Amino acid sequence: MPPLLAARGIRVAYTPAQGPRIEAVRNVDLEVAAGEFVGIVGESGCGKSTLGYAITRMLRPPARLEGGSITFDGTDIAVLDGERLRRQRRNGFALVLQSGMNALNPVRTIRQQFADIMKAHARPGDDVAAAGLDRRGLELLEAVRLEGAVLRRFPHELSGGMRQRVAIALALALEPRLIVFDEPTTALDVIVQQAVLQTIRDLQRHRGFTGVLISHDLGVVLSATDRVMVMYAGRIVEDQPSAALLSGPHHPYTEALLDCYADPAGDVIELRGIPGTPPDLSRAPSGCAFEPRCPLAEDICRVQDPPLMPLGSGQAACHVRARLQEASHAS
Amino acid sequence: MPADPAAPRGVPPLVVSGVSKTYRGQDRKTVVAVDDVSFAIAPGAAVSLVGASGSGKSTLARLITGSERPTSGTITFGDLIVSRLRAAGQRRLYRQVQTVFQDPYGALNPLHTVEYTLMRPVQNFLGATSAQARGRVHELLETVGLSPARQFAAKLPHQLSGGQRQRVVIARALACDPGLVVADEPVSMLDVSLRAGVLSLLAELRRERGLSLLYITHDLLSARAITDEVLVLHHGRIVERGATSQVLRHPQHDYTIRLIEAVPNPYARPGTTSPGRSTP
Repeated sequence: MPPLLAARGIRVAYTPAQGPRIEAVRNVDLEVAAGEFVGIVGESGCGKSTLGYAITRMLRPPARLEGGSITFDGTDIAVLDGERLRRQRRNGFALVLQSGMNALNPVRTIRQQFADIMKAHARPGDDVAAAGLDRRGLELLEAVRLEGAVLRRFPHELSGGMRQRVAIALALALEPRLIVFDEPTTALDVIVQQAVLQTIRDLQRHRGFTGVLISHDLGVVLSATDRVMVMYAGRIVEDQPSAALLSGPHHPYTEALLDCYADPAGDVIELRGIPGTPPDLSRAPSGCAFEPRCPLAEDICRVQDPPLMPLGSGQAACHVRARLQEASHAS
Repeated sequence: MPADPAAPRGVPPLVVSGVSKTYRGQDRKTVVAVDDVSFAIAPGAAVSLVGASGSGKSTLARLITGSERPTSGTITFGDLIVSRLRAAGQRRLYRQVQTVFQDPYGALNPLHTVEYTLMRPVQNFLGATSAQARGRVHELLETVGLSPARQFAAKLPHQLSGGQRQRVVIARALACDPGLVVADEPVSMLDVSLRAGVLSLLAELRRERGLSLLYITHDLLSARAITDEVLVLHHGRIVERGATSQVLRHPQHDYTIRLIEAVPNPYARPGTTSPGRSTP
């Protein structure tokens, strides 16, 4: 069966009115099978949100999709615009924005915001009478474990966790087959975060939509997803099943990300970060973008950007690890 | 210029005793944000205050920094009675107790350079001339790892990353050489990869300068990394307290257990242990 979403050679650049052009997503391939729940993880500025916006066609200037195809359910949505893009969107994909507080309209009640979506995308014959819309709104609120009374509230009357749940309910309204969650729990405290993630996972299992979860927190992504893609400087540098990634990362950057978490059972909690800073993407790196921060770097890493190569149970883009694996297979 | 900031000096203890704070909410219902809380921070000690949103931890921070007054109870920092300060005393308190805020994007005036932001407290509280203040600003920037200082001094907040901004906020808190730093969720808005750097910096500065630290967080694991003692706050009350490592390993209160389990740590999941390595 072909994947629900197949993106090939995605390139996105920001061209601000002033300042240099920044290549935020550099030639990324990405496939997500129907029913799969994948994560995209990386530091601020690695291009993960930009990629999420690109595959849902939500990029706005100064960001621009400069190349690549995005096949969603057999149709290349990268070349669509206007009404045809809208029809495809109605047909199946949604984006849940970072911090639900900013994604909701502050001057409309939750009921009105449900109605706006349902009416804007109504098909001929759809029931858009108030009673029907309310029924649907209540059902969606229940799905994200909120009381029906929330329907009458304004966003400012709700807590951060409740607003994020409303944002998720709104994304579910048109029963999309693919939902991209962009940092859905970043502004929430740990207990609320855990509850919201649990809700997302339950919804995904019961409703069977395909999910993409974007976060800077590898702990969050590993706890929720089947497969993780690690992004660095606009590229995917590792792609592994979540369980395999935890026990054996292959890219040195993934290792460094994992190292940021202390073992809570350990005697001493040691604080570790990743030394150095990500490269400036206004100048394309000549070799591997991680090379300046990499403990394994060799000569080849400085001149040749490694492609994703089969490593372990997935893929990683690392010259050194690929060679070591080959050597161990040969011996 | 005043004495060398690194020189040993007397930092007084912070004593919070029987403090409550109630707010009159909607429909005249009263909300008890902080409920009969007592604790002390010994000179040079580091204490964590841990709780989820709404536990009252930020209210407590505002009471300790003198931005609000408790409904009942007293807070003292040496001879300063924080809970009853008037203008002159408040000025002395601000010199002694400084805050590192959660949001490095909101805590800096976007129109001022880093140098200007850091010069203000040095001039206001230490009475330095602008030439002296400039020198001190450059020292501060080096101290928080923003080097070369000259280059960072000239930048505006938008030219800095989140981690760099938070270092500027820390430098500003240290600028007037305070005795107590209250760090209210200083890393929750930063990338995981940057958190360790900022937390280590706080821990190191506390040791080197002999200042007291109150670290406020919802992440109990990070509390263990930089403080010796922890207070767990739930619905405005302290529900558990003790040595941080002890509380983490043998939590007694259900709420503490929930807080620990909710931390998205990949190694905290059942059946996983320390990182495996793929190195053949």
